Amino acid sequence: MNYNVNEKGYYGEFGGAYIPEMLYPNVEELRQNYLKVMADPSFQKEFDQLLKDYVGRPSPLYFAKRLSEKYNTKIYLKREDLNHTGAHKINNTIGQILMAKRLGKHRIIAETGAGQHGVATATVCALMGLECIVYMGEIDIKRQAPNVARMKMLGATVVPALSGSRTLKDATNEAIRDWINNPVDTHYIIGSAIGPHPYPDMVTKFQSVISEEIKWQLKEHEGRENPDYVVACIGGGSNAAGTYYHYLHEDDVNIIAVEAAGLGVDSGESAATSVLGKEGIIHGCKTLLMQTNDGQITEPYSISAGLDYPGVGPMHAHLCKTGRAEFMAITDDEAMKSGLELCKLEGIIPAIESSHALAIFEQKTFKPDDVVVVSLSGRGDKDLNTYINYFNL
Amino acid sequence: MNRINQKLQEDKKLLSIYFTAGYPNINDTVSIIQDLEKNGVDMIEIGLPFSDPLADGPTIQASSTQALKNGMTTEVLFGQLKGIRQSVDIPLIIMGYFNPIFQYGVETFCKKCQEIGIDGLIIPDLPVDVYHEKYQAIFENYGLINVFLITPQTSDERIRYIDSISNGFIYMVSSASTTGAKVGFGDQQTQYFERIGNMNLNNPQIVGFGISNNQTFTQATQYAKGAIIGSAFVKYVTNEGVGSIKKFITGIKN
Repeated sequence: MNYNVNEKGYYGEFGGAYIPEMLYPNVEELRQNYLKVMADPSFQKEFDQLLKDYVGRPSPLYFAKRLSEKYNTKIYLKREDLNHTGAHKINNTIGQILMAKRLGKHRIIAETGAGQHGVATATVCALMGLECIVYMGEIDIKRQAPNVARMKMLGATVVPALSGSRTLKDATNEAIRDWINNPVDTHYIIGSAIGPHPYPDMVTKFQSVISEEIKWQLKEHEGRENPDYVVACIGGGSNAAGTYYHYLHEDDVNIIAVEAAGLGVDSGESAATSVLGKEGIIHGCKTLLMQTNDGQITEPYSISAGLDYPGVGPMHAHLCKTGRAEFMAITDDEAMKSGLELCKLEGIIPAIESSHALAIFEQKTFKPDDVVVVSLSGRGDKDLNTYINYFNL
Repeated sequence: MNRINQKLQEDKKLLSIYFTAGYPNINDTVSIIQDLEKNGVDMIEIGLPFSDPLADGPTIQASSTQALKNGMTTEVLFGQLKGIRQSVDIPLIIMGYFNPIFQYGVETFCKKCQEIGIDGLIIPDLPVDVYHEKYQAIFENYGLINVFLITPQTSDERIRYIDSISNGFIYMVSSASTTGAKVGFGDQQTQYFERIGNMNLNNPQIVGFGISNNQTFTQATQYAKGAIIGSAFVKYVTNEGVGSIKKFITGIKN
């Protein structure tokens, strides 16, 4: 079984480029060039150098001793939270800003939900001196004021998305509309492993540095490159795609994808796409998405803004359908509890997204000598208000 | 012969109007269609509303959102259109995004269109190659014409390809934009219209995006077989109601 994208841009039956003709020239230009550009040694060199000196890679693979003792298994945390800007998002924005420069684009647009991808995009635009416009749902702008301020300090223009439910889905629509209206000079930095081909593949490859590092780091710790499990939370699925990438075809590595159940999978307030979603088209690709019987895209819910998306990337849809990955759903309450537990046991305040991945140890029992690598995709600073309100701190 | 092909043979410039089904009120669909025909419109695009209309600007986004709130669904629309051919003769095209059609089932959708007397479909986010590989045979089997878009950025080679798999008309988007974003035409547009005109394509072209009044309609149809008005009509209905459609159409034609 092949879990990578095929030459037509599909993962099994998922993927493709379901875009209006107005976007075709831009997406086609990217499709024709992205592999060539990424394979260019000078691109590789610049990308690696920035990941090292600017992002602070490699991120540590940390053996979480007290957490491991509590759950009687060997838990390693891949510390993407220690990256510059506080999450894995910057791996992708560094790659895409270099891509945009090589394609001769000088105007950058992005969508953001919680603001992490927006901040990571504003950061690399400041670094490269490029104009940056970030679309963000009006409701999210109110919820995530510190990140809005960060983006502004970094020189970005934050444009409120006023359509639909005024959250991430609508911010993505607005960014796509901007791209339609600016077909020549603009590159759209999509923040997750979604969108029309080649975006899911390109974002996955930029994020694949995560599993590339896990391989040699685990070898140093455990004398073997392959853990028994790799675990990551999934909204659109970019940190998960990067965490799985080099293990997709390693049969001895089990893959666990953790979705946000919100108030409960059957509560009507959830973002567990693998359970609640059906095959359909969202933001330019065929994948699993939450929708009405009539094909209208519905509003997801999660306490974590980064997982509050009604679809999953097409690669993940394929991993789900083929059974390659085990999908688990974690509620708001379970995630918050596990987030606080990591603070107390390991002295690490995780992003609420990452807390979902940590919560699986309450649901699933591992063997004492199992090696379980969990992607700690981001740090919890951005979530302080949510933590404060939730725990009455 | 399909009504679209018949209409395209008439020796006149065609006026096509887009409206969102179920807007402003859920039951306006049929009366809008009848009014448009009565007032001399040549062809109608019935918009099947979608929650996330990527290629549309604020006007059609808002009308779609309202139509969905009003309870419009694919099934409701088909119910309203049943029997429409007893009172309406001009070509009817359904314009909608792919996901609702995909969920309904592409073949079931096409079959229903044929039963009702729909002549064609415009699905902006159904890629040309996917249509060609998977759906063309189904569309043709049910006598439906699929209309493709081209833009000023579409290469000549791709336009030739689109022309080769089209069998009605080509929807010539006047400028790179979402619907309703720009009004009027500059030199760039006229050059583009001329360029396409000189390609001597098999399918006639109908211009859409940027047409809102008599002046822009006349400009667009100088180079093309016809023109489509969408956002401007929806905006007009929003402000003036469905009772004064005649005034809008008269204004375009004279």
